[in-house]
Amino acid sequence: MAIRTMNYSDAIAEVASYCKVEVIASYPITPSTPIAHALNKIYVNGGFPKFITVEAEFSAVSALLGASAAGARTFSATSSQGLMLMHEALFSTAGMRLPVVMAVANRAVSSPLNIWADEQDSMSQRDSGWLQLYCKNGQEAVDTTIQAFRIAEKTMLPVMVCLDGFYLTHTISQVDVPDKDKVAAFLPPYKNPYVLDPQNPITVGAYAMPADYQDFREDLCTDAEAAQDTILEVGKEFGKVFGREYGLVEYHNCKDADRVIITLGSVCNTIEKVADSLRARGEKVGVAHLRSFRPFPASDLRANLAGKHVLVVERDVSPGGVPPVYAEVSEALSGTGSTVSVAAGLLGGREAKRPAFESLFERMKQGKVKGWLCSKDKK
Amino acid sequence: MKFAVSKPGTTVAIKTGEWRSQKPVVDLSKCIKCATCQNYCPEGCMGAPGNGPEIDYDYCKGCGLCAQECPVKCIRMEHEIKIVGKKKA
Repeated sequence: MAIRTMNYSDAIAEVASYCKVEVIASYPITPSTPIAHALNKIYVNGGFPKFITVEAEFSAVSALLGASAAGARTFSATSSQGLMLMHEALFSTAGMRLPVVMAVANRAVSSPLNIWADEQDSMSQRDSGWLQLYCKNGQEAVDTTIQAFRIAEKTMLPVMVCLDGFYLTHTISQVDVPDKDKVAAFLPPYKNPYVLDPQNPITVGAYAMPADYQDFREDLCTDAEAAQDTILEVGKEFGKVFGREYGLVEYHNCKDADRVIITLGSVCNTIEKVADSLRARGEKVGVAHLRSFRPFPASDLRANLAGKHVLVVERDVSPGGVPPVYAEVSEALSGTGSTVSVAAGLLGGREAKRPAFESLFERMKQGKVKGWLCSKDKK
Repeated sequence: MKFAVSKPGTTVAIKTGEWRSQKPVVDLSKCIKCATCQNYCPEGCMGAPGNGPEIDYDYCKGCGLCAQECPVKCIRMEHEIKIVGKKKA
């Protein structure tokens, strides 16, 4: 291990090469471009056997689907409109149980056109069957990328490593880059039980009649939910080898807290700082970072946040309905006596400074929080 | 963990002729054995060139390409009346 000062995107690409990724297919889109750029740089220096330069994101994920079915470890990076262009093939990848891993540099979606951070893109792929792990900082991004391959290949489900665009893709900071040999030892070789092989031809992703189709989808749902155990197991194992343990949710001072903000992504860092300063003034506040959104760790949340006043801070919307994380948290904590409310906002790169979260914790004292987060509409 | 995987040969087992709503019928007295229909047939179920068409109705989907392309118009498409409900292959 070595602490190095580097761009997070470079660090992610470097560990992908330690993970012995065999096939990469990617199309540049801001803010995931530096990851693809770094991957390509490693490729031209012999770090990856194959980098397919495709004409669009639909082809990128389709190429990886094929490569993964042929038994290769695969990786890609995309954002926003690119991820949404992949939509159809994302469902196929999960349904075919192919453990593709992809870094998603979270960005707003059109329209209006905007290239800055929020999580509307990955949330829009919520039901695709891909597991979604959200990262708080560059270190988590690096560590989660390594774990993602092991989680994907154990569960035979594709994994998105979700990184807030710019905050976790363009920042240069200190990263503890794990040792190459240790990473290789941490990841057993990828073995697809139904590999595409011209000598022994099979059809993968075959046709399922009404009599069978639902069985496959039920199985996918059951396995995605059970992936919680694998994420925990891999997170623990990672801790043993590399000294940083990971779970499904990271609780920061939640045990005795009466008010907890639950969120995902890089905004968590600011909220933790605010919570710490409020703690120093004697306020019982905590922060929970939802690392795993798919699978959703409902029982974990119930065990740790039952009865508390929980506020969901999320950077996405669901026009005409409630935002997705709030819907999940409400369901998870229903019947536990918890009050759950939501503050959605910080869309398209809108930033929140500490006072915004101080005011949120303050407003939580009055019961359910209403309205947008950091809205220009002050009422 | 369930994988939707199948072995090759499903197109042999599945009698796609059941999908047919129209059936090509050949007037062999007019046929000049030019093999046009056999070359055009997307299912390859009209027999080998050299002989006149020998249609395998187990797999003919009734697309009508043969009737359209036949230079002497000796193939006509007839409406087919079938009993609904399929026998297992």
